Amino acid sequence: MTAPAGERDELPIVGDDDVVKVRQLVRAFALKARLSLVDQTKLVTAASELARNTLNYGGGGTATIEQVSNVRRRGIRAVFVDEGPGIPDIDLALTDGWTSGNGMGLGLSGARRLVDEFEVETEVGRGTTVSIVKWAR
Amino acid sequence: MDRVPILKIGDVLLVSIQLDLQDQTVLALQEDLAEQITRTGAHGVIIDISAVEIVDSFIGRMFATIASMSRLFDADTVVVGMRPAVAITLVELGLTLGNVRTALDLEKGLSILRRSAADRLLSEEIEDSDDGTVRTES
Repeated sequence: MTAPAGERDELPIVGDDDVVKVRQLVRAFALKARLSLVDQTKLVTAASELARNTLNYGGGGTATIEQVSNVRRRGIRAVFVDEGPGIPDIDLALTDGWTSGNGMGLGLSGARRLVDEFEVETEVGRGTTVSIVKWAR
Repeated sequence: MDRVPILKIGDVLLVSIQLDLQDQTVLALQEDLAEQITRTGAHGVIIDISAVEIVDSFIGRMFATIASMSRLFDADTVVVGMRPAVAITLVELGLTLGNVRTALDLEKGLSILRRSAADRLLSEEIEDSDDGTVRTES
């Protein structure tokens, strides 16, 4: 079920089933980096939210998953890139309960709570890049 | 796209999710359940998620939608078998699942449904005897 994890893998996000593939790939990387089961679940859930955003709001894009490390520990970074309409007000978009229409408004803000590092770069008309990192404890 | 099978046991519909859910599969399940509840007149729905590794906001919302929808058809929904890591993640994500009933396992879920079926029967009997009283007085 899980894809083999290399050092770095990129997946296109153009359809519904790609969201599932992103989850499986992130899970494989998280296992390899020896994240705890709870941390794996948090990371995969965050990736699922962000992959769906890339698909539904960004009009599709890519996910890049890689293992990262610093002096103390290993982790997983997942980067979601789209060339969609961008987010006009990022502070508003990160507010719990805020939604542009279809969701519950937990995608971005919820994903941020589930990971250790969270960065958004967005420009109206150019697209959005969201980068997350989860470290092994 | 895969479809999630719906099994009927007595007046309970059992949905055991054994695959990694795509959004389209989730939407199809909602429709299939609505169709099955009205067709069979089932009074209970059990969703077994013991094999589900992640529940994100979309899947979580599906549970709430199915619960409200089955209520409209006079059926109760119980979500059973949530894994501990999934529960911890859901709380942190900020998803409360609102008014969705949950139980630790299938057996406990079934006993919740049996209890509410008994309550339902009791209240129907009371309504019947009320009617009788009114008739004898008039």
